[in-house]
Amino acid sequence: MNYQLLFPQIFLFLWAILIFVLDFFWKKGKQNLGYLALIGIIMTIFLVLDSPEGKLFGGMFLADSLSSFFNLIFLLTGFLTIASSIDFTKRLSAHQGEYFALLLLSMVGMMFLASAGELVTLYVALELTTISLYVLAAYLKNQSKSSEAGLKYLILGGVSSGILLYGISLIFGLTGTTFLKDIKMALITTFLTYREIGPALVLSIVFFIAGFGFKLALVPFHMWVPDVYEGAPTPITAFLSVASKAAGLVAFIRVFFESFLVFQVDWVLLVAVLAALAMIVGNIIALLQTNIKRMLAYSSIAQIGYILLGIVAATSRGLASVSFYIFVYLFANMGAFITAIAFSNTTGSDQIKDYAGLSRRSPALAAMMAVFMLSLVGIPPLAGFTGKYYLFSAAIEQGWIWLVVIAVLTSVISLYYYVGVVRQMYFRTSPAENRIAMPAPLTLALIISVIGVLIFGVYPNIFINFANQAALVFHF
Amino acid sequence: MNFPILSAMTFTPLLGMVLILLLRKEQKNAARFLAGVFSFIPLILSFMLLSKYDGSTSQLQFVERFDWIPSLGVTYFMGADGLSVPMLFLTALLCFVAVIYSFGDIKERVKQYFAFLLLLEVGLMGVFAALDFFLFYIFWEIVLVPMYFLIGIWGHGRKEYSAIKFFLYTLFGSLFMLVGILALYFTVEPHTLDMMVLIEKAPQLTRGFQLIIFLAFYIAFAVKVPVFPFHTWLPDAHVDAPTAVSVILAGILLKMGVYGFLRISYPMFPEGAIYFALPIGILALINIVYGALVCMAQKDLKKMIAYSSVSHMGYCMLGIAAITVTGISGCVFQMVSHGLITGALFLLVGVLYERAHTRDIGAFGGLWIKLPVYSGIMTLFCLGSLGLPGLSGFVSEFMVFIGSYPSFKVIVPLAVTGVVITAAYFLRMIQRMFLGTFNTKWEVLTEINGREIFTVTPLAILMIGIGVYPAPLVNMIKATMENIVRLVSG
Repeated sequence: MNYQLLFPQIFLFLWAILIFVLDFFWKKGKQNLGYLALIGIIMTIFLVLDSPEGKLFGGMFLADSLSSFFNLIFLLTGFLTIASSIDFTKRLSAHQGEYFALLLLSMVGMMFLASAGELVTLYVALELTTISLYVLAAYLKNQSKSSEAGLKYLILGGVSSGILLYGISLIFGLTGTTFLKDIKMALITTFLTYREIGPALVLSIVFFIAGFGFKLALVPFHMWVPDVYEGAPTPITAFLSVASKAAGLVAFIRVFFESFLVFQVDWVLLVAVLAALAMIVGNIIALLQTNIKRMLAYSSIAQIGYILLGIVAATSRGLASVSFYIFVYLFANMGAFITAIAFSNTTGSDQIKDYAGLSRRSPALAAMMAVFMLSLVGIPPLAGFTGKYYLFSAAIEQGWIWLVVIAVLTSVISLYYYVGVVRQMYFRTSPAENRIAMPAPLTLALIISVIGVLIFGVYPNIFINFANQAALVFHF
Repeated sequence: MNFPILSAMTFTPLLGMVLILLLRKEQKNAARFLAGVFSFIPLILSFMLLSKYDGSTSQLQFVERFDWIPSLGVTYFMGADGLSVPMLFLTALLCFVAVIYSFGDIKERVKQYFAFLLLLEVGLMGVFAALDFFLFYIFWEIVLVPMYFLIGIWGHGRKEYSAIKFFLYTLFGSLFMLVGILALYFTVEPHTLDMMVLIEKAPQLTRGFQLIIFLAFYIAFAVKVPVFPFHTWLPDAHVDAPTAVSVILAGILLKMGVYGFLRISYPMFPEGAIYFALPIGILALINIVYGALVCMAQKDLKKMIAYSSVSHMGYCMLGIAAITVTGISGCVFQMVSHGLITGALFLLVGVLYERAHTRDIGAFGGLWIKLPVYSGIMTLFCLGSLGLPGLSGFVSEFMVFIGSYPSFKVIVPLAVTGVVITAAYFLRMIQRMFLGTFNTKWEVLTEINGREIFTVTPLAILMIGIGVYPAPLVNMIKATMENIVRLVSG
């Protein structure tokens, strides 16, 4: 067996343990543990890029182009999150080391999730991911909002895991296996014998969609999102909004495109309706928000709606567009959150109206925030546009015109609240004159994000090819 | 390979923008200087374009093409023909004029202002030069962003409202175009985004498909023109924008819509063009007459000129709807002529507003005594706008009417009343502002200065030039217009 396939995961896991251990001995300057975590992530990125393809344990663990692509997304998000946390964790009195180590552990879970070829592996990886995040969401334990966020996240996350587990058990009952490939074969055999899919399978698919729906924050499973996003420490919110969603998405892709693809007529319409709901509800409620974290929370609900367009298409172009969009969404959304982190570190405020006059106080920061917002709307030539273009094209190719029209109309709505931030920064003035403090790691994270948004808008070719490669994993 | 003149025209302002952004906030004059230089270079290049352009053929010229995003089927494809060359020239000229005018007008946040203005020029140039749908769409949307900032930051009155209204309206329209582009991409075999190939392949498309896609594109272009009832963003945006931006809005942005009809909708979906000819003609009539009537009721000078744009763009649409060579040539002529005249009118309104801080027509009177030069120039352009023979407005309106009469025997005579109303409101304005007894309150007003005269002079020369001797412009566009009509009516 080729254990080299596991190297990135094992390495990152050991690195997380190392940070836990060092935390005991390192009394002063604990933010250096953050830098250490960054180094670990960079090394893991090289390991991922270098890792061969193949499978382990009889197909429980798959290392293929899809898992590498998503691993890169997790690692990049983690890198940006930790880089923007270093300044923030200084304010924590204790437990700085655990903060970084838990983030790394959560990333390990995600990386296993992306490689899961079997439902129990998938479930365990998902739990490793989310349990670390429950803790992180409640990290500011002196603030009641943060504790509330952690508790809400824990309870609703637990419920959704339970639902997912129920779906898994139904599938196991129907097919006698938990391997995704074997499930497909068993289901096809059953179908060919009885000519119908039966209520148990329908129920199971619905449970899967509901379970993943919680993780992805689809409407109507989104109630936990705004409170958790508002209460959690902002870097964790950023991580939740990108990496955690990408993880839910890759699990969804693994299960549905491997096992249930042949029954797509039965679930695609359901996903299409959920996508439409997410776009409509997310965008409309985001209009009303005055807190930037809540606004970004609702906007991320809407963004998942757009991403589902590619899933609904259920083609290799669709899957490639999903992967590519997540990738570009990473930069824009992380960038927006990092700006929010920098802003609240200096001003202590998350209110959108307090962004007034930011273009005067910190012109570069305001300009970058404007770029992120416009990219999230999908204004060319920024990366968000290329991503949306690819998603829309995948959906239109399969004839989902009504869904694309909803996507288009809700994009117009989204312009209003995204640009609302720009309006505050550029059109309004404020009495405050002091600049926003920009510590070095945070600046680095911000620059990476803005470069990503610009480069993948103007020259997306390399990563579109990479995403196309990732989509070849399944046989459409 | 030849010198990539179109790319050079498009991206020189971008270079200027980057350089301006590198300046410090206090270096206001350096920003002005750079903006002047980097908007002057495209103007020089546009003269080269005019001199090298061969008007005897409808073939594309100055073509540049290479792969850009092969996995999405996107190429970088630029080229110009008789439709785009006049628009490129107009863009270069009006942007330069706008930059020069802004030297005195803009005193706050100078660096940002010129950076946005140059970015705007990039988008405008690109729209008229791009022939790949993806590229075209990118430039089309780039225009919105600097425009939003320019209106929102340096505008007057309800500037935030006007800025977001403009942004929302046009984004709404252009996203329908995006859906149309994608539907078109997947319908035509082999899949392509190349506009020229798509035009060739148009007969492949079924009639029903053409009608639907025509409507999707119609929304995008009609918002931009603007065609009634999508015009309500226009008076807000024009009135609240700073002077130089109003010039570009009226002079070039509105033409993007008409250009879209002629470049894309008509040749690509001829069935739609023929099927919807009458509704488009009727809407054009509404634009002409309704726009003119609203002008009659205006007290605000700038608002009156904004609504006169609605009316004048109606002539363009009427010329297009008829699908005759004369009509469409008249439309292109009107695009150029309206760009020159209305551009100048907005400049002149700005000149007065800067001094008097009011635009209320009724507040003035007898200005000719105090400001003879200003009043003379203003009157000249008003006469041009109302279609006085010898000036460019007359030629274009005449061509539009001649060209569209065979198709619309009822609409055209009704549309001619628009000319009468236009004459009425302009003459009434001249009378109330410049003639009559002098309102001594305006004793303090100073005469139009050299820089301002410098900005309107080229516009005046061209207006008179092509009004008296329209042949060069007509010859330049003729072959292309014949080609468009041939493509539409088969």
